[in-house]
Amino acid sequence: MTQAWPTLDSRVLDGLVLAALFLAVWQGLYEYAGDAAITSPLTTVDYASSLVKTANFWTHAQATLAAFAYALVISIALGIVLGLALGFQRFAGDVAEPILVALYTIPKITLYPLILLIFGLGVSAKVAFGVIHGVIPIILFTLNAVKNINPVLIRSSRIMRLSTWQTVSTVLAPAVMPELITGVRVGFSLTLLGVLIGEMFASQRGLGFLIINGINLHNVRITTAVILIVVLFAILANGLLLAFDKRMHRTA
Amino acid sequence: MTRNTAIGLTRIAVIAGSIALVELLCQRKIISPLVMIPPSEMMTSLWHMFGSHKIWDDIAQTFSTVALSFVLSVAAGFGFGALIHALPRVRRALDPLLASYYSIPFFVFYPLLIALFGLNTIPLIVIGFVFATAAMVISTLNGLDRVPRVMTKTARILRLSPARAVWSVTLPAAAPYLFTGLKLALAYSFIGVIAGEFILSGGGLGFSIAYAYNDFDSQTMYALMMFVLLIAVVMNGALHVWEQHMLKKRARA
Repeated sequence: MTQAWPTLDSRVLDGLVLAALFLAVWQGLYEYAGDAAITSPLTTVDYASSLVKTANFWTHAQATLAAFAYALVISIALGIVLGLALGFQRFAGDVAEPILVALYTIPKITLYPLILLIFGLGVSAKVAFGVIHGVIPIILFTLNAVKNINPVLIRSSRIMRLSTWQTVSTVLAPAVMPELITGVRVGFSLTLLGVLIGEMFASQRGLGFLIINGINLHNVRITTAVILIVVLFAILANGLLLAFDKRMHRTA
Repeated sequence: MTRNTAIGLTRIAVIAGSIALVELLCQRKIISPLVMIPPSEMMTSLWHMFGSHKIWDDIAQTFSTVALSFVLSVAAGFGFGALIHALPRVRRALDPLLASYYSIPFFVFYPLLIALFGLNTIPLIVIGFVFATAAMVISTLNGLDRVPRVMTKTARILRLSPARAVWSVTLPAAAPYLFTGLKLALAYSFIGVIAGEFILSGGGLGFSIAYAYNDFDSQTMYALMMFVLLIAVVMNGALHVWEQHMLKKRARA
């Protein structure tokens, strides 16, 4: 115990120094660029806290969250099903993997007009765009999780004469779970990114729209405040998923 | 036929088959021409566009921006990665930041960058740089972490000067990870720049796609989309081949 305390203290101290440095850079940008380009940290927090009390903000936040929730559910379901299928069909998996990696690195934003032409303006286009961003990493992580299952595990379950269901629930699921959670974490971030980009390009609702609209109206206050809220949400959600992720990897 | 050739051939067949399917669906108007034009038409449209100045201006602008952002992010990412590798305490403090870096939807900063730097190429370079640098930092750290102890010890026994040790021991040992960093930095610079152009800008390939979309000019739009996808695929393919070649050489050495 006595050994653990000093390191914890220095960790907290380092974190505080980092946060202070970040705020200093932000304040410095503000001093350099002025009110027309960015608001200071203090005004931003102040404005953000009054913004979250308005009904208007919540209609936009709700639009984003709804699109994000649909997109995330579809990404996870589709990603896991395809990942499992490609993982167990070794040949199909080997054929598909480089194609998926290539799809992962293309600038998917250029496909957005196509999505808009198929789905029209509205929530379904945003959902589709979120899905094409989020689904590929989930497929890839699931595929690799299945591919890397230790064959000994499968053989021993056969020796113990487990039923298919028992094999899945007591052997396979726990074996792939840690990697699967990592995939979901990465997919979560990218789905959010996709939905927000979609809103920034062609949308009349949502937080992405508020951000881009603030710039078009020269209302930097709202842009900076919404960015702060979105980034805090993303970091917080990722932090929770990361903690869960680490625990899964430890216990596995 | 070995398994690898079978896989390769099947992969080509799958890709060619999907393109042929889309072509057929477009030709038969099952996919409305208002939604998508046939891939063959995209290619002819692209071919015609190569005859005009407009597309070359866009290409020059986009690629010079990507190149600048790539070079800057690789240099900064490598330098910073090497620096914090030498400073464990700084690294420990930055660790949570690096772990959650890519969960931040960076493109939300892009409008702010326009407000800060104006509507020119600087915000594009910055967004590409910000998006790509962390990948290079992480890859550099991974690479330096995995330099085998025995190699650094041998360098010391051979009394190599620090510069010589870095050049002929550390860098080659870390090379595969550094290469991954280069690959990611290039892909991320490309994505960052194109996305920025697409959201709000005054030129470049991304801008022209968005412009054609708003103009209902699906010929130009699909030709450019096709072009961007082809460039991305060719770039990734070339780097992949180069990487395999390098790994094979290392395995032999």
